[in-house]
Amino acid sequence: MPRTADATTGIRLSEAESRARISRNRAIGLTLAALVALFYVVTLAKLGLHLPFKG
Amino acid sequence: MTDIGWRQSEVRVSLAEPGDYWRLLKPRVMSLVVFTAFVGLIVAPVPVDPILGLVSLLAIAVGAGASGALNQWWDADIDAIMSRTAKRPIPAGRVTEQETLAYGLTLSAFSVMTLGLAANWFAAFLLAFTIFFYVVVYSMVLKRRTAQNIVIGGAAGALPPVVAWAAATGSLAWPPVVLFAIIFVWTPAHFWALALLRCEDYARAGVPMLPVVAGEDATRTQILAYSLLLAPVGVMPWALGFAGPVYGVVATLGGAIFVAAALAVFVRREGAAARKACGRLFGFSILHLFALFAVLAGERLAASF
Repeated sequence: MPRTADATTGIRLSEAESRARISRNRAIGLTLAALVALFYVVTLAKLGLHLPFKG
Repeated sequence: MTDIGWRQSEVRVSLAEPGDYWRLLKPRVMSLVVFTAFVGLIVAPVPVDPILGLVSLLAIAVGAGASGALNQWWDADIDAIMSRTAKRPIPAGRVTEQETLAYGLTLSAFSVMTLGLAANWFAAFLLAFTIFFYVVVYSMVLKRRTAQNIVIGGAAGALPPVVAWAAATGSLAWPPVVLFAIIFVWTPAHFWALALLRCEDYARAGVPMLPVVAGEDATRTQILAYSLLLAPVGVMPWALGFAGPVYGVVATLGGAIFVAAALAVFVRREGAAARKACGRLFGFSILHLFALFAVLAGERLAASF
């Protein structure tokens, strides 16, 4: 199946629509990864572990 | 006509890019929130874990951004009419109102929860209250009903240093209340200087800003009154002893220049000179608030080294 075809509705995305969707997906992925990192370091800080850059 | 045919014509594939979602957060307002919250954190008499402090600032910033997005969801109709806001993502047709509502609510919930987990639940409650105040009290209730909209609504913009102080200490005290008072008293003169320049825009959109409802002369009087009030309030951190002499000098001089700029707006009422006076007051108001908070933070940081 071509990348620009939507499997559920059969709508063929234009190049601009496809590009926008990919960039949105990347942003969501990066945000989720950042949230994982954020809660990881918050947990360490709350547990009182002394991270090397804490001083 | 079949039902399916109608539905197909309604199908819309989003062209929104991450930048559109970033613009929904009102990044310029967010940067001011981060700055004032940072000062609230620095001024607090409790040493803050740098990671938890940073995460708290991030949560406050995202909370402010979420309320900006929810404000754009509610105000999409008037944003489309005013030239200053017509290019925002919703009126520009890049993001739908429903998407913005979901985005704003999600970020609100995440920012409040994150602040609660990283700092404490009192600060999280204050952040939730700030979002509620900006979206419901200011945007939904006051903005289209009363010329005092930005006076009362200004409380939302004044709360970030209070939230940050609460994140650091878990309680409240006079210093964050004074920081709140400075921003609260600063807001009307700042916004009405802009409103005098954008009067027609607000009138066309039906927003009852003071110059539209009470007239430009009454607005000039109010601006002068608030600038006279701001001068002593600005000096209070020094008078109460939580700011040093440098702050005292900057606040006194800045307050005097602010009053002089407001006086120029009061005196020059016609033509290009009047517009220039408004522009100067608007520009100086931003510089003044920035200087007050920067010196306050600078003094604290200098004292800790």
